[in-house]
Amino acid sequence: MSFQEVVFYVLSAIVLYSGLRVVTAKNPVHAALFLVLAFFSAAGHWLLMQAEFLAIALVLVYVGAVMVLFLFVVMMLDINFEKLHEGFWRHLPLAGTVAVIMIVEMVMVLLSPSADLSSMNEIAPLAEGMSNVRELGLQIYTTYLLPFELAAVLLLLAIVAAIALTMRKRKDTKYIDPAVQVRVQRADRVRVLKMDAEPRANADTDNNESAA
Amino acid sequence: MLTLTHYLVLGAILFAISVLGILLNRKNVIVLLMAIELMLLAVNYNFIAFSKYLSDTGGQIFVFFILTVAAAESAIGLAIMVGLFRNLRTISVEDLGSLKG
Repeated sequence: MSFQEVVFYVLSAIVLYSGLRVVTAKNPVHAALFLVLAFFSAAGHWLLMQAEFLAIALVLVYVGAVMVLFLFVVMMLDINFEKLHEGFWRHLPLAGTVAVIMIVEMVMVLLSPSADLSSMNEIAPLAEGMSNVRELGLQIYTTYLLPFELAAVLLLLAIVAAIALTMRKRKDTKYIDPAVQVRVQRADRVRVLKMDAEPRANADTDNNESAA
Repeated sequence: MLTLTHYLVLGAILFAISVLGILLNRKNVIVLLMAIELMLLAVNYNFIAFSKYLSDTGGQIFVFFILTVAAAESAIGLAIMVGLFRNLRTISVEDLGSLKG
């Protein structure tokens, strides 16, 4: 067995075990942490397939951002997880049957001679001077430019939607509406009075008196 | 030697595990979301494996978009869940029947 195969099987064992623990864990915090482990090992698999850019993106986006979001939410909500876990194994016969049938079906399809997957046994080496990132970049910024921009818009949409869904107005906070501030006119704030000037009568005597 | 079949079988098993999780966790929405993430990971395995063994970059770019969409989906899903918890004080799927009529 070659070194790559050893790495593959070790990583596969970690991915599958942590996947199982994700779906069966009693405590969602444990589930989230096992999901982190699963994603991290999956990034190792992708490195093994020479998909470096996506492996790093998986670690950055999932392990770094999405799973932290999950952990935040799990820890923020005050939920009795014991109660949610009641009757957990009740559906096991059905769920287990479905899962096993799916695995058997897929393995039979993939291993059958008519699928003819055995002709694709090797990853073709990259052309001279090419790297995985360069290859992906060339494609993303030419052929897939519009979908790439749309993905950016989608992320913006997700930001706006997530904020709009979780924002709540508090009645007791004192805040200033910027729109009102911008709309304000000079006439609203300043009042100019027209009045006749008062004649200064006996100014000198007043001063003398105060000095004395 | 590692072949395409290795990765495809691994992806299939991972997908089946997450289907198992969705069927088992009939109550906990958080774990349901996590199982969906696991499913998308299994799908990504297939895309990358085919892309690499067929020498076609398109598959990897698709994975890139799937990662984007999955991140957006989990952010919005968690936001919905937080809103739900504020209003109902529960995230059990069984208690979410107000649209049943």
